[in-house]
Amino acid sequence: MEGTQSNSNAELIPHLFRQEYSKMTAVLCRYFGLEQIELAEDIASETFLKASEYWPVHGVPENPAGWLYTVAKNKAKDHLRRGQLFETRVKDALKPAEAISGHEFEFSDEIIADSQLAMIFVVCDPVNSQSAQVCLALQILCGFSVEEMANAFLSNMETIKKRLQRARANLRNDGFQLRKLQKDEISTRLDTVLKTLYLLFNEGYFSQNENQFIRKDLCSEAMRLTLLLVENKLTNMPQVNALLALMCFQSSRLDARTSDTGEAVLYEDQDRRLWNRFLIEKGNYYLLKAFSEKQESKYHIEAAIACWHTTTRDEKWPHILQLYNRLIVLEYSPVTAINRLFAFGKVYGKESAIKEAEKLNLSSNSYYHGLMGFLYSGVNTGYAIMHYKQALRFTKSVIEKKALADKIDQLTTLVQTAGQ
Amino acid sequence: MKEFVLIFRNSVTEGFKPSPEQMQQLMTDWMSWMGSVAAQDKLADKGNRLSMSEGKTVKPGDIVTDGPYTEVKEFINGYMIVKTDTIEEAVSIASECPILKIGGNVEVRKIVSPDDNS
Repeated sequence: MEGTQSNSNAELIPHLFRQEYSKMTAVLCRYFGLEQIELAEDIASETFLKASEYWPVHGVPENPAGWLYTVAKNKAKDHLRRGQLFETRVKDALKPAEAISGHEFEFSDEIIADSQLAMIFVVCDPVNSQSAQVCLALQILCGFSVEEMANAFLSNMETIKKRLQRARANLRNDGFQLRKLQKDEISTRLDTVLKTLYLLFNEGYFSQNENQFIRKDLCSEAMRLTLLLVENKLTNMPQVNALLALMCFQSSRLDARTSDTGEAVLYEDQDRRLWNRFLIEKGNYYLLKAFSEKQESKYHIEAAIACWHTTTRDEKWPHILQLYNRLIVLEYSPVTAINRLFAFGKVYGKESAIKEAEKLNLSSNSYYHGLMGFLYSGVNTGYAIMHYKQALRFTKSVIEKKALADKIDQLTTLVQTAGQ
Repeated sequence: MKEFVLIFRNSVTEGFKPSPEQMQQLMTDWMSWMGSVAAQDKLADKGNRLSMSEGKTVKPGDIVTDGPYTEVKEFINGYMIVKTDTIEEAVSIASECPILKIGGNVEVRKIVSPDDNS
């Protein structure tokens, strides 16, 4: 029995840590002021350290989250009582408008929700680059360690550490106040927030990382944060629902797009029984909510495309192509141009798509060559092989290198058998 | 990179009423064409379509006439802006405009910039 219990502890603590760490930090920051974010994080870390020491010996308390908040509350009070800190640093930093009055450190559901929401808006600050915002979000909002981030981004810890330090310094200097969000703050910053969450999700979904668990983790964290925005009436807006719908549709295919041996499985070859029906239905639900008002963002269009992809009917392609036309008129990106071209090929045939492709001017893009390889397959095998080789040259992803090498082998064998 | 305005003109054809089917096709063609221009990263501004039912022309002496239709057979029904290196490229984009299939035409004009007003 004892063995079972300590096992479940070992799983429970990191799980709780993720869930509660960012909430705790956000609430404490509201009391202390954003300038004291390190103090808030220290208190949160100490709290979990105490849990990891105390629980294995005394058993997990009945209400683990409640236990954690009580400890955090006491630790926060201790800090204030103990040090000169309160007099010299915190008190000056506590400006009436930004902090909650009193030092009772209340952790009510409402305060937690408000503080977390405000923290999302603090972290997604345009003073930092998009990639720095994604790192900050992972650390402050999702409780990722520097090591976990370095793993996720296939980078080293030193680089990540430096990036975070710079980003935190910028945040402090920018002086955004952590308090209950105001309407004008939401409207000026929502675009940045959504873009960061979108990138965080894509980091997981299109990651070059072979580790399926890390990728899923990034996707589900992005979804959790977007859900927070949807659940709060201040930020429950059409484009937010559209983004969440997009994430639901995309992640419904997470299991199907990697084989048991870790290789990428193309959309066309996926086992549709592995598509997650629950997430598809959730996606439909949020998509309907997104379209309940007359407002259209790029997330609306992308979600609509992702929605078509959850159906297996062939007549979807003209619709998808039209949506890509609208998307690319709204905002150009090479990825959109390439995806549009794929849909174009589905509607007008490979040879028309090849003609269309020649206008694109994307000859140093690996996805472009991957698609050209696909389009030339069955049309001109020599060209197909040449493009796949180009794609191989430009891609950094291990998974893709493997898939491309396989294609080249298949086509080469085809040519040789035909030649005999 | 230069910017060119494409000005779309169509002629008034009395009694010409396309079927809903034809309208749908025309819309699809427009979106495909614009999508194709945007996919080449050559769309600077998607511009606007101009209303055919609501329009006035104002002339000196407080004279206001209905629409541009009374005196011209052709009227401007929209514009968009493309970015290309040469006018030839802009012309090649314009040559695929669906308005050409329904009796209209496209005028291509370079936007005058401060350092180049030729």
